[in-house]
Amino acid sequence: MSQTVFEPWNDPQAKPLIQFKNVTKRFGDFTAIDNQTFDIYEKEFFALLGPSGCGKTTMMRMLAGFEAPTEGTILLAGQDIAPIPPNKRAVNMMFQSYALFPHLSIWENIAFGLKRDGKSKDEIAARVAEMLKLTRLERFANRKPHQISGGQRQRVALARSLAKAPKLLLLDEPLGALDAKLRQDTQFELMDIQETTGTTFVIVTHDQEEAMTVASRVAVMDDGKIVQADTPARIYEMPNSVYVADFIGEVTIISGTARRDDGAYEVSFAEGQPTLFAESDTEFANGQECHLAIRPEKVSITAEKPSDRRNALEGKILDIAYLGNLSTYHVELAGGQIVKAQTANTRRLSRRDFTWEDRVWLSWTDTAGILLKG
Amino acid sequence: MRRFVLIALPYAWLLALFLVPFIIVLKISLSDIKLAIPPYTPTLDFTEGWTGIKAFFSALDFENFTFLTTDDLYWKAYVSSLKIAFIATALTLFVGYPIAYGMANAPDHWRPTLMMLVILPFWTSFLIRVYSWMGILSTEGYLNQFLLGLGLISEPLTILNTPTAVYIGIVYTYLPFMILPIYSALERMDASLLEAAEDLGCSRLKAFWLITVPLSKTGIIAGCFLVFIPTIGEFVIPSLLGGSRTLMIGKVLWEEFFNNRDWPVAGAVAVVLLLILIVPIVLFQRNEQKQRELEG
Repeated sequence: MSQTVFEPWNDPQAKPLIQFKNVTKRFGDFTAIDNQTFDIYEKEFFALLGPSGCGKTTMMRMLAGFEAPTEGTILLAGQDIAPIPPNKRAVNMMFQSYALFPHLSIWENIAFGLKRDGKSKDEIAARVAEMLKLTRLERFANRKPHQISGGQRQRVALARSLAKAPKLLLLDEPLGALDAKLRQDTQFELMDIQETTGTTFVIVTHDQEEAMTVASRVAVMDDGKIVQADTPARIYEMPNSVYVADFIGEVTIISGTARRDDGAYEVSFAEGQPTLFAESDTEFANGQECHLAIRPEKVSITAEKPSDRRNALEGKILDIAYLGNLSTYHVELAGGQIVKAQTANTRRLSRRDFTWEDRVWLSWTDTAGILLKG
Repeated sequence: MRRFVLIALPYAWLLALFLVPFIIVLKISLSDIKLAIPPYTPTLDFTEGWTGIKAFFSALDFENFTFLTTDDLYWKAYVSSLKIAFIATALTLFVGYPIAYGMANAPDHWRPTLMMLVILPFWTSFLIRVYSWMGILSTEGYLNQFLLGLGLISEPLTILNTPTAVYIGIVYTYLPFMILPIYSALERMDASLLEAAEDLGCSRLKAFWLITVPLSKTGIIAGCFLVFIPTIGEFVIPSLLGGSRTLMIGKVLWEEFFNNRDWPVAGAVAVVLLLILIVPIVLFQRNEQKQRELEG
């Protein structure tokens, strides 16, 4: 049985559900969104990821209709949404604070949007029952929001925003208020619900792990711009800039100059240190400044210099971050550069090979690192 | 012992300043009028011992309360007071809600100033403020001069000594009591609730009715009682602004006490007023209780 991969963004025939066309949003002198053009496809789980103040929330509020673009157009299913007020859009939003109506019961909260559509009593009751079942809230239908837990409130907010079967669901930091364990469970629940309902989800988050877990594509934002929008795996493995590499996961950035060396590049980064080698699709001129990004889990740590790898550096262990399943070693090279290396703790802690102040060798393959321009 | 003192203190306060005076008024209301000092009988005389106490209690009766039912002046005054208090409360709500709403939606740095402006009138004597309304509302007053000057009216309006003047006075005096609880309810409201309502298909107006009004309900109720309860017994405003035609129980009480020097009947009027007020006071307490429970 062949399974088609869900990648509408690679299909030139696919029609995007949402199109941002040269959208700029300014608040006075401040440019929140700077001339952005991108597409979101139907049934996508699209994550806007970035630090606070990067413009991700503004992007979402423009989709919901609470802000209008200063320049450019936003199309929803081919239609310009600028003249449509928020209460007429086929877009619903789940608020960061959940914004549950405190004077209404869970049932009434979920029915709120349906009642505004003038649906019949039976229709409303059926739809609310369906939503309660989807979010496993049947037992709490008659409670008020302040009588249930945070996780349950989060599910009510989700049920309420899904009840009207919107074309597009916006989630503003939906899991921010939950504790770590509950957040993880809820992430999988969100993915299940997204798959069951087939709704297009756009999620705003500053938590990179959350974005990587739930999203089909992640857009990393910085300063009003989308720096890179791609699948979680490509964002992690093939970041297009130092900013993205640094923002997603742990990374060591070694800055130096590049020199072509049949098929790969030779990177010299410090006086007295051996040069490093990396393969790259990006073209560099000889002597051009470059940044080698290397993930700690791709760096091996050994007591002796390995003979099979070209990239090998000697250093002293400065710090060990013990994470339970993993340990991250911070190794200082002779010139002061710090390189992170990660190993899985497959053995008991007492039998750990290395400790503070040990001299070790770090090594990686030519394909492990990514060579970036900036 | 410390605990006992802490609890006993407020009870002693209530006993001395509420219960004892009330019992004295109740006792007077059960007495008979007499040309003497004090102007009622019987008075408790302990020198005659047990028989004196027995004689004292046997002389008390409900005659004055029965008297209140025989003259229709009294029940008309009660009804009229309730009516005026009710209408004045509604008017105060209509004026106060938009002000509270405006304050709650004002930019943060404006709010302390606006709050100050609402409270500022309290710095001047209540009596002087009501008195100054006479200068504004009288036929030769500022309001008439202003309207005549603008050419909007050709004859001066008669506002002073009419119920209208009483309503103006009450709305003016009690407005802060309406604004403050509503403002505090509106200010606590999360703005994203209105966005959520809009997002789910409400127009702005509909969102106001379905979200803002219900969520400020406790503030509205508190404000209404804070205006309604003191207004029923209001004496200064109707006697200064309402003239002789405005019938309010506070004024009747004043006349019984000072003009007729009939302390027992005045006492009976006061006791009945208190009984009438108990209903809204209990309702008010319940509203406050409910609010506290909601806030958990």
